[in-house]
Amino acid sequence: MKWRMALLCVFLFGAVVGLQALHEQRGGPLVRPVSNLLYVRSPEVMSRMALSYDALLADLYWIRAVQHYGGTRLSVEPDRQYDLLYPLLDLTTSLDPRFNVAYLFGSIFLSEMPPGGPGRPDLAIALLEKGLRAQPARWEFAQAIGFVQYWWRQDYQQAALWFRRASELPQAPDWMAPLAATTLAQGGNRQSSRLLWLHIARTAEVDWYRNEARRRLQQLDAMDQLDLLQRAVDAFRGRQGMAPSSWADLREAGYLRGTPADPTGTPYRLQSGAVMLDPRSRLNPLPVEPPRLR
Amino acid sequence: MRTIAHVAVNVFKESVRDKVLYSLVAFATLLIAVSYLIGQLTAGQDVKIIKDLGLAAIATFGLLIAVFIGIGLVWKEVERRSIYGLLSKPIRRHEFILGKYAGLALTLFVNMAMMTVAFYVVLAYMNTQFPAEARSVWPASATDPRMLLAIALIFLELLLVTAIALFFSTFSSPFLSAALTFGLWVVGHFNADLRNFESVVETRTAAHLARALYYVLPNFAAFDVKAQVVHALPVPSAYVATTAAYGIAYIALLLTGAVVIFARRDFK
Repeated sequence: MKWRMALLCVFLFGAVVGLQALHEQRGGPLVRPVSNLLYVRSPEVMSRMALSYDALLADLYWIRAVQHYGGTRLSVEPDRQYDLLYPLLDLTTSLDPRFNVAYLFGSIFLSEMPPGGPGRPDLAIALLEKGLRAQPARWEFAQAIGFVQYWWRQDYQQAALWFRRASELPQAPDWMAPLAATTLAQGGNRQSSRLLWLHIARTAEVDWYRNEARRRLQQLDAMDQLDLLQRAVDAFRGRQGMAPSSWADLREAGYLRGTPADPTGTPYRLQSGAVMLDPRSRLNPLPVEPPRLR
Repeated sequence: MRTIAHVAVNVFKESVRDKVLYSLVAFATLLIAVSYLIGQLTAGQDVKIIKDLGLAAIATFGLLIAVFIGIGLVWKEVERRSIYGLLSKPIRRHEFILGKYAGLALTLFVNMAMMTVAFYVVLAYMNTQFPAEARSVWPASATDPRMLLAIALIFLELLLVTAIALFFSTFSSPFLSAALTFGLWVVGHFNADLRNFESVVETRTAAHLARALYYVLPNFAAFDVKAQVVHALPVPSAYVATTAAYGIAYIALLLTGAVVIFARRDFK
Protein backbone atom coordinates (compact mmCIF):
# COMPACT_ATOMS: atom_id res chain seq x y z
CA MET A 1 0.00 0.00 0.00
CA LYS A 2 2.79 2.39 0.99
CA TRP A 3 4.67 1.66 -2.23
CA ARG A 4 1.57 2.22 -4.32
CA MET A 5 0.98 5.60 -2.70
CA ALA A 6 4.64 6.57 -3.17
CA LEU A 7 4.48 5.54 -6.83
CA LEU A 8 1.24 7.49 -7.28
CA CYS A 9 2.91 10.57 -5.74
CA VAL A 10 5.94 10.22 -8.05
CA PHE A 11 3.64 9.78 -11.05
CA LEU A 12 1.53 12.81 -10.16
CA PHE A 13 4.62 14.92 -9.46
CA GLY A 14 6.03 13.92 -12.87
CA ALA A 15 2.71 14.79 -14.49
CA VAL A 16 2.71 18.24 -12.86
CA VAL A 17 6.27 19.00 -14.02
CA GLY A 18 5.59 17.57 -17.52
CA LEU A 19 2.39 19.57 -17.97
CA GLN A 20 4.13 22.75 -16.78
CA ALA A 21 6.88 22.13 -19.39
CA LEU A 22 4.21 21.56 -22.07
CA HIS A 23 2.46 24.75 -20.98
CA GLU A 24 5.72 26.67 -21.32
CA GLN A 25 6.43 25.09 -24.72
CA ARG A 26 3.05 26.33 -25.97
CA GLY A 27 3.89 29.92 -25.06
CA GLY A 28 3.08 30.17 -21.35
CA PRO A 29 0.20 32.16 -19.92
CA LEU A 30 -2.15 33.99 -22.26
CA VAL A 31 -1.28 37.62 -22.87
CA ARG A 32 -3.37 39.86 -20.66
CA PRO A 33 -5.29 42.55 -22.52
CA VAL A 34 -4.17 45.24 -20.05
CA SER A 35 -0.68 44.93 -18.61
CA ASN A 36 -0.18 48.36 -17.07
CA LEU A 37 -2.76 48.99 -14.44
CA LEU A 38 -2.71 51.04 -11.29
CA TYR A 39 -5.76 50.26 -9.18
CA VAL A 40 -5.37 53.14 -6.74
CA ARG A 41 -4.05 56.39 -8.14
CA SER A 42 -5.00 58.70 -5.33
CA PRO A 43 -2.12 59.20 -2.86
CA GLU A 44 -4.60 60.37 -0.19
CA VAL A 45 -6.69 57.18 -0.46
CA MET A 46 -3.62 54.96 -0.47
CA SER A 47 -2.12 56.73 2.56
CA ARG A 48 -5.30 55.97 4.51
CA MET A 49 -5.56 52.39 3.29
CA ALA A 50 -1.93 51.72 4.23
CA LEU A 51 -2.69 51.78 8.00
CA SER A 52 0.75 51.45 9.63
CA TYR A 53 2.34 49.92 6.52
CA ASP A 54 2.84 53.18 4.64
CA ALA A 55 6.66 52.94 4.52
CA LEU A 56 6.54 49.35 3.27
CA LEU A 57 3.94 50.24 0.63
CA ALA A 58 6.16 53.15 -0.43
CA ASP A 59 9.00 50.65 -0.94
CA LEU A 60 6.74 48.42 -3.05
CA TYR A 61 5.59 51.35 -5.21
CA TRP A 62 9.22 52.46 -5.58
CA ILE A 63 10.26 48.97 -6.75
CA ARG A 64 7.29 49.00 -9.12
CA ALA A 65 8.34 52.43 -10.48
CA VAL A 66 11.91 51.17 -11.08
CA GLN A 67 10.59 48.02 -12.76
CA HIS A 68 8.12 50.01 -14.88
CA TYR A 69 10.83 52.41 -16.02
CA GLY A 70 13.40 49.69 -16.70
CA GLY A 71 10.89 47.35 -18.33
CA THR A 72 9.50 50.06 -20.63
CA ARG A 73 12.97 51.30 -21.51
CA LEU A 74 14.09 47.80 -22.50
CA SER A 75 10.82 47.04 -24.29
CA VAL A 76 10.90 46.60 -28.07
CA GLU A 77 7.33 47.88 -28.46
CA PRO A 78 7.32 50.83 -30.91
CA ASP A 79 4.67 52.75 -28.91
CA ARG A 80 6.05 52.12 -25.43
CA GLN A 81 4.58 54.41 -22.82
CA TYR A 82 5.83 55.46 -19.40
CA ASP A 83 2.32 56.49 -18.38
CA LEU A 84 2.45 54.90 -14.92
CA LEU A 85 5.81 56.39 -13.96
CA TYR A 86 4.62 59.66 -12.44
CA PRO A 87 1.59 58.17 -10.61
CA LEU A 88 3.85 55.48 -9.10
CA LEU A 89 6.43 58.06 -7.97
CA ASP A 90 3.65 60.31 -6.64
CA LEU A 91 2.25 57.41 -4.59
CA THR A 92 5.73 56.46 -3.34
CA THR A 93 6.53 59.95 -2.13
CA SER A 94 3.07 60.50 -0.64
CA LEU A 95 3.31 57.29 1.39
CA ASP A 96 6.84 58.14 2.52
CA PRO A 97 7.52 61.89 2.08
CA ARG A 98 11.17 61.34 3.12
CA PHE A 99 11.92 58.81 0.37
CA ASN A 100 14.71 61.02 -1.01
CA VAL A 101 15.93 58.64 -3.69
CA ALA A 102 12.43 58.45 -5.17
CA TYR A 103 12.44 62.23 -5.73
CA LEU A 104 15.98 62.37 -7.09
CA PHE A 105 15.96 59.27 -9.29
CA GLY A 106 12.32 59.81 -10.18
CA SER A 107 13.18 63.24 -11.62
CA ILE A 108 15.96 61.68 -13.70
CA PHE A 109 13.64 58.96 -15.02
CA LEU A 110 10.90 61.48 -15.84
CA SER A 111 13.21 63.95 -17.60
CA GLU A 112 14.89 61.47 -19.93
CA MET A 113 13.80 62.06 -23.52
CA PRO A 114 11.99 59.32 -25.51
CA PRO A 115 12.67 56.50 -26.10
CA GLY A 116 14.83 56.39 -22.94
CA GLY A 117 12.13 58.03 -20.84
CA PRO A 118 8.85 59.93 -21.02
CA GLY A 119 10.55 63.30 -21.67
CA ARG A 120 8.56 65.11 -18.98
CA PRO A 121 10.87 67.60 -17.24
CA ASP A 122 7.73 69.44 -16.06
CA LEU A 123 6.68 66.39 -14.01
CA ALA A 124 10.25 65.96 -12.78
CA ILE A 125 10.19 69.52 -11.45
CA ALA A 126 6.71 68.96 -9.92
CA LEU A 127 8.03 65.87 -8.11
CA LEU A 128 11.09 67.72 -6.80
CA GLU A 129 9.00 70.70 -5.70
CA LYS A 130 6.82 68.23 -3.77
CA GLY A 131 10.03 66.98 -2.12
CA LEU A 132 11.00 70.54 -1.20
CA ARG A 133 7.58 71.13 0.34
CA ALA A 134 8.06 68.00 2.48
CA GLN A 135 11.68 68.83 3.38
CA PRO A 136 12.36 72.53 2.71
CA ALA A 137 16.00 72.29 3.85
CA ARG A 138 17.13 69.63 1.33
CA TRP A 139 19.57 71.39 -1.00
CA GLU A 140 19.73 68.28 -3.19
CA PHE A 141 16.16 68.83 -4.43
CA ALA A 142 16.82 72.48 -5.31
CA GLN A 143 20.02 71.43 -7.10
CA ALA A 144 18.11 68.71 -8.97
CA ILE A 145 15.49 71.25 -10.15
CA GLY A 146 18.36 73.46 -11.35
CA PHE A 147 19.80 70.45 -13.13
CA VAL A 148 16.52 69.66 -14.93
CA GLN A 149 16.21 73.31 -15.97
CA TYR A 150 19.82 73.29 -17.16
CA TRP A 151 20.09 70.00 -18.95
CA TRP A 152 16.61 69.23 -20.24
CA ARG A 153 15.02 72.66 -20.62
CA GLN A 154 18.17 74.65 -21.36
CA ASP A 155 16.68 77.44 -19.27
CA TYR A 156 19.94 78.74 -17.79
CA GLN A 157 18.34 81.67 -15.96
CA GLN A 158 16.06 79.31 -14.04
CA ALA A 159 18.87 76.80 -13.55
CA ALA A 160 21.14 79.47 -12.03
CA LEU A 161 18.27 80.63 -9.82
CA TRP A 162 17.76 77.12 -8.43
CA PHE A 163 21.49 76.48 -7.99
CA ARG A 164 21.67 79.78 -6.08
CA ARG A 165 18.68 78.72 -3.96
CA ALA A 166 20.36 75.35 -3.27
CA SER A 167 23.58 77.09 -2.24
CA GLU A 168 21.66 79.06 0.40
CA LEU A 169 20.24 75.94 2.07
CA PRO A 170 21.94 74.36 5.08
CA GLN A 171 24.77 71.87 4.41
CA ALA A 172 24.94 72.82 0.70
CA PRO A 173 28.42 72.04 -0.69
CA ASP A 174 30.87 74.86 -1.41
CA TRP A 175 30.77 74.32 -5.16
CA MET A 176 27.07 75.16 -5.42
CA ALA A 177 27.43 78.98 -5.38
CA PRO A 178 30.19 79.01 -8.07
CA LEU A 179 28.06 76.64 -10.13
CA ALA A 180 25.18 79.13 -10.01
CA ALA A 181 27.51 81.92 -11.13
CA THR A 182 29.04 79.82 -13.94
CA THR A 183 25.62 78.75 -15.18
CA LEU A 184 24.43 82.34 -15.31
CA ALA A 185 27.56 83.55 -17.08
CA GLN A 186 28.15 80.68 -19.51
CA GLY A 187 24.92 78.67 -19.45
CA GLY A 188 24.89 75.88 -21.99
CA ASN A 189 28.63 75.86 -22.16
CA ARG A 190 29.97 72.34 -22.50
CA GLN A 191 32.51 73.10 -19.79
CA SER A 192 29.81 74.03 -17.27
CA SER A 193 27.92 70.83 -18.20
CA ARG A 194 31.11 68.89 -17.54
CA LEU A 195 31.48 70.59 -14.17
CA LEU A 196 27.91 69.65 -13.23
CA TRP A 197 28.27 65.97 -14.20
CA LEU A 198 31.70 65.79 -12.57
CA HIS A 199 30.19 66.86 -9.25
CA ILE A 200 27.40 64.30 -9.64
CA ALA A 201 29.90 61.54 -10.51
CA ARG A 202 31.88 62.37 -7.37
CA THR A 203 28.97 62.74 -4.98
CA ALA A 204 26.23 60.34 -6.24
CA GLU A 205 25.07 57.95 -3.52
CA VAL A 206 24.42 54.94 -5.72
CA ASP A 207 26.31 53.17 -8.47
CA TRP A 208 23.59 53.56 -11.07
CA TYR A 209 23.60 57.38 -10.90
CA ARG A 210 27.40 57.51 -10.64
CA ASN A 211 27.70 55.38 -13.79
CA GLU A 212 25.13 57.54 -15.57
CA ALA A 213 27.17 60.64 -14.69
CA ARG A 214 30.31 58.96 -16.06
CA ARG A 215 28.43 58.11 -19.27
CA ARG A 216 27.36 61.76 -19.60
CA LEU A 217 30.98 62.85 -19.13
CA GLN A 218 32.01 60.41 -21.85
CA GLN A 219 29.30 61.90 -24.09
CA LEU A 220 30.76 65.38 -23.54
CA ASP A 221 34.24 64.05 -24.36
CA ALA A 222 32.83 62.42 -27.49
CA MET A 223 31.20 65.71 -28.52
CA ASP A 224 34.59 67.48 -28.18
CA GLN A 225 36.27 64.72 -30.23
CA LEU A 226 33.54 64.85 -32.90
CA ASP A 227 34.10 68.61 -33.29
CA LEU A 228 37.86 68.07 -33.70
CA LEU A 229 37.38 65.27 -36.21
CA GLN A 230 34.82 67.29 -38.16
CA ARG A 231 37.31 70.16 -38.38
CA ALA A 232 39.92 67.71 -39.76
CA VAL A 233 37.41 66.42 -42.36
CA ASP A 234 36.51 69.99 -43.35
CA ALA A 235 40.21 70.87 -43.68
CA PHE A 236 40.73 67.80 -45.90
CA ARG A 237 37.78 68.81 -48.07
CA GLY A 238 39.16 72.35 -48.33
CA ARG A 239 42.52 71.10 -49.54
CA GLN A 240 41.46 68.14 -51.69
CA GLY A 241 38.19 69.55 -53.01
CA MET A 242 36.28 66.43 -51.96
CA ALA A 243 35.28 64.77 -48.69
CA PRO A 244 37.35 61.81 -47.48
CA SER A 245 35.70 58.46 -48.19
CA SER A 246 37.26 56.72 -45.19
CA TRP A 247 39.52 57.28 -42.17
CA ALA A 248 42.38 55.88 -44.28
CA ASP A 249 42.20 58.99 -46.52
CA LEU A 250 42.67 61.22 -43.48
CA ARG A 251 45.51 59.03 -42.19
CA GLU A 252 47.32 59.15 -45.54
CA ALA A 253 46.91 62.95 -45.66
CA GLY A 254 48.48 63.20 -42.19
CA TYR A 255 45.39 64.39 -40.31
CA LEU A 256 45.14 61.26 -38.17
CA ARG A 257 47.43 58.55 -36.84
CA GLY A 258 44.89 55.77 -36.33
CA THR A 259 41.18 54.97 -36.49
CA PRO A 260 39.45 57.31 -34.06
CA ALA A 261 37.20 55.73 -31.43
CA ASP A 262 34.79 57.21 -28.91
CA PRO A 263 35.52 57.01 -25.13
CA THR A 264 33.82 53.60 -24.95
CA GLY A 265 36.20 52.22 -27.63
CA THR A 266 33.64 52.10 -30.47
CA PRO A 267 35.11 53.58 -33.71
CA TYR A 268 33.53 56.78 -35.01
CA ARG A 269 31.73 56.64 -38.33
CA LEU A 270 32.57 58.80 -41.35
CA GLN A 271 29.69 59.12 -43.78
CA SER A 272 29.41 61.60 -46.72
CA GLY A 273 31.85 63.97 -45.05
CA ALA A 274 30.05 63.93 -41.69
CA VAL A 275 31.59 62.44 -38.53
CA MET A 276 29.19 60.71 -36.16
CA LEU A 277 28.89 58.11 -33.43
CA ASP A 278 28.50 54.52 -34.49
CA PRO A 279 24.82 53.55 -33.96
CA ARG A 280 26.03 50.65 -31.78
CA SER A 281 27.84 52.97 -29.36
CA ARG A 282 26.24 53.10 -25.92
CA LEU A 283 26.81 56.87 -25.91
CA ASN A 284 23.83 57.28 -28.25
CA PRO A 285 21.88 59.52 -28.34
CA LEU A 286 24.11 62.52 -27.66
CA PRO A 287 22.48 65.44 -25.83
CA VAL A 288 21.08 68.22 -27.97
CA GLU A 289 22.99 71.46 -27.61
CA PRO A 290 21.49 74.92 -28.06
CA PRO A 291 21.90 76.13 -31.67
CA ARG A 292 24.03 79.12 -30.61
CA LEU A 293 26.75 76.78 -29.39
CA ARG A 294 26.87 74.51 -32.42
CA MET B 1 0.85 36.05 41.86
CA ARG B 2 2.24 32.50 41.70
CA THR B 3 -1.06 31.26 40.32
CA ILE B 4 -0.96 33.89 37.56
CA ALA B 5 2.61 32.82 36.74
CA HIS B 6 1.54 29.15 36.58
CA VAL B 7 -1.29 29.90 34.17
CA ALA B 8 1.02 32.13 32.11
CA VAL B 9 3.70 29.44 31.79
CA ASN B 10 1.06 26.95 30.71
CA VAL B 11 -0.22 29.31 28.01
CA PHE B 12 3.34 29.75 26.76
CA LYS B 13 3.96 25.98 26.73
CA GLU B 14 0.70 25.43 24.87
CA SER B 15 1.59 28.00 22.22
CA VAL B 16 4.98 26.30 21.75
CA ARG B 17 3.13 22.97 21.35
CA ASP B 18 0.81 24.68 18.84
CA LYS B 19 3.90 25.49 16.70
CA VAL B 20 3.44 29.27 17.10
CA LEU B 21 7.21 29.74 17.06
CA TYR B 22 7.24 28.36 13.50
CA SER B 23 6.40 31.93 12.51
CA LEU B 24 10.05 32.72 13.30
CA VAL B 25 11.18 30.43 10.49
CA ALA B 26 8.80 32.19 8.09
CA PHE B 27 10.09 35.58 9.26
CA ALA B 28 13.77 34.64 8.89
CA THR B 29 13.19 33.04 5.48
CA LEU B 30 11.29 36.12 4.26
CA LEU B 31 14.01 38.53 5.37
CA ILE B 32 16.89 36.47 3.98
CA ALA B 33 15.12 35.94 0.65
CA VAL B 34 14.27 39.63 0.33
CA SER B 35 17.78 40.77 1.27
CA TYR B 36 19.11 38.52 -1.50
CA LEU B 37 16.57 39.67 -4.11
CA ILE B 38 16.26 43.34 -3.26
CA GLY B 39 19.46 44.42 -5.02
CA GLN B 40 18.06 43.04 -8.28
CA LEU B 41 14.71 44.81 -7.94
CA THR B 42 15.46 48.34 -6.83
CA ALA B 43 17.85 51.20 -7.49
CA GLY B 44 19.44 51.92 -4.12
CA GLN B 45 17.70 52.04 -0.74
CA ASP B 46 18.27 48.30 -0.10
CA VAL B 47 18.87 48.76 3.63
CA LYS B 48 15.89 51.11 4.02
CA ILE B 49 13.64 48.53 2.35
CA ILE B 50 14.98 45.70 4.57
CA LYS B 51 14.36 47.88 7.64
CA ASP B 52 10.81 48.75 6.53
CA LEU B 53 10.06 45.14 5.68
CA GLY B 54 11.58 43.75 8.88
CA LEU B 55 9.65 46.14 11.13
CA ALA B 56 6.41 45.60 9.22
CA ALA B 57 6.89 41.81 9.33
CA ILE B 58 7.55 41.86 13.09
CA ALA B 59 4.33 43.88 13.54
CA THR B 60 2.29 41.62 11.22
CA PHE B 61 3.45 38.27 12.62
CA GLY B 62 2.90 39.64 16.12
CA LEU B 63 -0.57 40.93 15.21
CA LEU B 64 -1.63 37.55 13.81
CA ILE B 65 -0.36 35.75 16.94
CA ALA B 66 -2.00 38.29 19.27
CA VAL B 67 -5.39 38.08 17.55
CA PHE B 68 -5.65 34.39 16.72
CA ILE B 69 -4.29 33.12 20.02
CA GLY B 70 -5.88 35.91 22.05
CA ILE B 71 -9.42 35.13 20.86
CA GLY B 72 -9.05 31.47 21.81
CA LEU B 73 -7.57 31.97 25.28
CA VAL B 74 -10.88 31.77 27.16
CA TRP B 75 -13.08 30.28 24.45
CA LYS B 76 -10.93 27.11 24.16
CA GLU B 77 -11.24 26.35 27.87
CA VAL B 78 -15.01 26.79 27.70
CA GLU B 79 -15.34 24.75 24.51
CA ARG B 80 -13.24 21.88 25.88
CA ARG B 81 -15.13 22.16 29.17
CA SER B 82 -11.75 22.26 30.93
CA ILE B 83 -12.87 25.53 32.53
CA TYR B 84 -14.92 23.51 35.09
CA GLY B 85 -11.84 21.63 36.23
CA LEU B 86 -9.74 24.80 36.32
CA LEU B 87 -12.20 26.89 38.31
CA SER B 88 -12.74 24.10 40.82
CA LYS B 89 -9.03 24.41 41.68
CA PRO B 90 -7.74 27.23 43.90
CA ILE B 91 -7.63 29.66 40.98
CA ARG B 92 -9.64 32.82 41.26
CA ARG B 93 -11.27 34.05 38.05
CA HIS B 94 -9.20 37.23 37.79
CA GLU B 95 -6.01 35.17 38.23
CA PHE B 96 -7.13 32.98 35.37
CA ILE B 97 -7.69 35.98 33.06
CA LEU B 98 -4.50 37.76 34.07
CA GLY B 99 -2.49 34.53 33.78
CA LYS B 100 -3.85 33.90 30.29
CA TYR B 101 -2.93 37.45 29.28
CA ALA B 102 0.56 37.23 30.80
CA GLY B 103 1.14 33.90 29.01
CA LEU B 104 0.33 35.34 25.62
CA ALA B 105 2.41 38.44 26.41
CA LEU B 106 5.34 36.11 27.21
CA THR B 107 4.80 34.22 23.92
CA LEU B 108 4.77 37.52 22.02
CA PHE B 109 7.87 38.74 23.85
CA VAL B 110 9.88 35.59 23.07
CA ASN B 111 8.68 35.63 19.47
CA MET B 112 9.52 39.29 18.94
CA ALA B 113 12.89 38.99 20.70
CA MET B 114 13.93 36.17 18.36
CA MET B 115 12.61 38.02 15.29
CA THR B 116 14.58 41.10 16.39
CA VAL B 117 17.78 39.06 16.65
CA ALA B 118 17.19 37.60 13.14
CA PHE B 119 16.42 41.12 11.86
CA TYR B 120 19.69 42.56 13.20
CA VAL B 121 21.69 39.59 11.85
CA VAL B 122 20.32 40.22 8.33
CA LEU B 123 21.02 43.97 8.66
CA ALA B 124 24.56 43.31 9.89
CA TYR B 125 25.10 41.12 6.82
CA MET B 126 23.67 43.85 4.55
CA ASN B 127 26.06 46.30 6.19
CA THR B 128 29.00 44.25 4.92
CA GLN B 129 27.70 44.40 1.34
CA PHE B 130 28.26 48.15 0.92
CA PRO B 131 31.51 50.13 0.85
CA ALA B 132 32.16 52.70 3.58
CA GLU B 133 31.56 55.50 1.04
CA ALA B 134 28.00 54.27 0.37
CA ARG B 135 27.30 53.71 4.07
CA SER B 136 28.42 57.24 4.94
CA VAL B 137 25.37 58.79 3.22
CA TRP B 138 22.78 56.60 4.98
CA PRO B 139 20.70 58.58 7.47
CA ALA B 140 21.42 55.89 10.12
CA SER B 141 23.66 52.85 10.31
CA ALA B 142 22.21 49.51 9.18
CA THR B 143 22.18 48.17 12.73
CA ASP B 144 20.93 51.39 14.29
CA PRO B 145 19.94 50.52 17.90
CA ARG B 146 17.15 53.13 17.77
CA MET B 147 15.07 50.60 15.83
CA LEU B 148 14.61 48.86 19.17
CA LEU B 149 12.45 51.82 20.17
CA ALA B 150 10.09 51.16 17.24
CA ILE B 151 10.06 47.44 18.13
CA ALA B 152 9.28 48.24 21.77
CA LEU B 153 6.30 50.38 20.72
CA ILE B 154 5.14 47.61 18.34
CA PHE B 155 5.28 45.24 21.34
CA LEU B 156 3.18 47.63 23.39
CA GLU B 157 0.70 47.95 20.51
CA LEU B 158 0.46 44.14 20.33
CA LEU B 159 -0.11 43.93 24.08
CA LEU B 160 -3.05 46.28 23.55
CA VAL B 161 -4.36 44.15 20.67
CA THR B 162 -4.03 41.06 22.91
CA ALA B 163 -6.01 42.79 25.66
CA ILE B 164 -8.75 43.68 23.16
CA ALA B 165 -8.87 40.08 21.84
CA LEU B 166 -8.97 38.68 25.38
CA PHE B 167 -11.69 41.15 26.37
CA PHE B 168 -13.93 40.08 23.49
CA SER B 169 -13.15 36.40 24.02
CA THR B 170 -14.64 36.55 27.52
CA PHE B 171 -18.16 36.97 26.14
CA SER B 172 -18.27 36.25 22.40
CA SER B 173 -17.40 33.59 19.83
CA PRO B 174 -13.90 33.40 18.30
CA PHE B 175 -15.10 34.55 14.88
CA LEU B 176 -16.85 37.60 16.29
CA SER B 177 -13.90 38.35 18.61
CA ALA B 178 -11.45 38.21 15.67
CA ALA B 179 -13.69 40.45 13.54
CA LEU B 180 -14.14 42.98 16.36
CA THR B 181 -10.43 43.00 17.25
CA PHE B 182 -9.34 43.47 13.63
CA GLY B 183 -12.07 46.08 13.19
CA LEU B 184 -10.83 48.06 16.17
CA TRP B 185 -7.23 47.74 15.00
CA VAL B 186 -8.15 49.15 11.58
CA VAL B 187 -10.33 51.94 13.02
CA GLY B 188 -7.57 52.73 15.50
CA HIS B 189 -5.36 53.76 12.60
CA PHE B 190 -7.95 56.30 11.41
CA ASN B 191 -7.93 58.09 14.72
CA ALA B 192 -6.47 61.29 13.31
CA ASP B 193 -9.30 61.44 10.76
CA LEU B 194 -11.90 61.22 13.53
CA ARG B 195 -10.28 64.23 15.19
CA ASN B 196 -10.62 66.26 12.00
CA PHE B 197 -14.11 64.97 11.19
CA GLU B 198 -15.77 68.21 12.30
CA SER B 199 -14.21 70.06 9.40
CA VAL B 200 -16.02 67.86 6.85
CA VAL B 201 -19.46 67.35 8.46
CA GLU B 202 -22.12 70.00 8.88
CA THR B 203 -24.11 68.63 11.82
CA ARG B 204 -22.75 69.33 15.25
CA THR B 205 -24.03 65.98 16.55
CA ALA B 206 -21.94 64.03 14.05
CA ALA B 207 -18.91 66.17 14.85
CA HIS B 208 -19.36 65.58 18.60
CA LEU B 209 -19.84 61.86 18.04
CA ALA B 210 -16.64 61.68 15.98
CA ARG B 211 -14.82 63.66 18.65
CA ALA B 212 -16.08 61.27 21.34
CA LEU B 213 -14.98 58.23 19.30
CA TYR B 214 -11.58 59.85 18.84
CA TYR B 215 -11.09 59.86 22.60
CA VAL B 216 -12.64 56.45 23.28
CA LEU B 217 -11.29 54.23 20.50
CA PRO B 218 -7.70 52.95 20.82
CA ASN B 219 -5.26 55.14 18.91
CA PHE B 220 -3.01 52.56 17.25
CA ALA B 221 -1.39 55.13 14.97
CA ALA B 222 0.36 56.60 18.04
CA PHE B 223 2.47 53.44 18.43
CA ASP B 224 3.84 53.68 14.89
CA VAL B 225 7.29 55.34 14.83
CA LYS B 226 8.77 52.98 12.22
CA ALA B 227 9.24 55.68 9.56
CA GLN B 228 10.88 58.03 12.07
CA VAL B 229 13.52 55.54 13.20
CA VAL B 230 14.24 54.33 9.65
CA HIS B 231 14.84 57.93 8.52
CA ALA B 232 16.77 58.66 11.75
CA LEU B 233 14.34 61.40 12.75
CA PRO B 234 14.07 62.31 16.43
CA VAL B 235 11.36 60.61 18.52
CA PRO B 236 10.97 62.78 21.63
CA SER B 237 11.19 60.83 24.89
CA ALA B 238 8.10 62.71 26.15
CA TYR B 239 6.15 61.29 23.18
CA VAL B 240 7.34 57.75 23.93
CA ALA B 241 6.48 58.14 27.63
CA THR B 242 2.98 59.48 26.87
CA THR B 243 2.31 56.71 24.34
CA ALA B 244 3.56 54.04 26.76
CA ALA B 245 1.40 55.43 29.56
CA TYR B 246 -1.61 55.56 27.19
CA GLY B 247 -1.03 51.93 26.14
CA ILE B 248 -0.63 50.69 29.71
CA ALA B 249 -3.75 52.56 30.88
CA TYR B 250 -5.83 51.18 28.00
CA ILE B 251 -4.57 47.63 28.63
CA ALA B 252 -5.41 47.96 32.34
CA LEU B 253 -8.91 49.18 31.42
CA LEU B 254 -9.54 46.25 29.05
CA LEU B 255 -8.17 43.67 31.48
CA THR B 256 -10.36 45.09 34.23
CA GLY B 257 -13.34 44.85 31.90
CA ALA B 258 -12.42 41.28 30.97
CA VAL B 259 -12.06 40.31 34.64
CA VAL B 260 -15.44 41.87 35.52
CA ILE B 261 -17.27 40.16 32.65
CA PHE B 262 -15.58 36.81 33.29
CA ALA B 263 -16.36 37.00 37.03
CA ARG B 264 -20.07 37.45 36.26
CA ARG B 265 -20.19 34.68 33.69
CA ASP B 266 -22.27 31.63 34.56
CA PHE B 267 -20.74 28.36 33.34
CA LYS B 268 -23.51 26.06 34.58
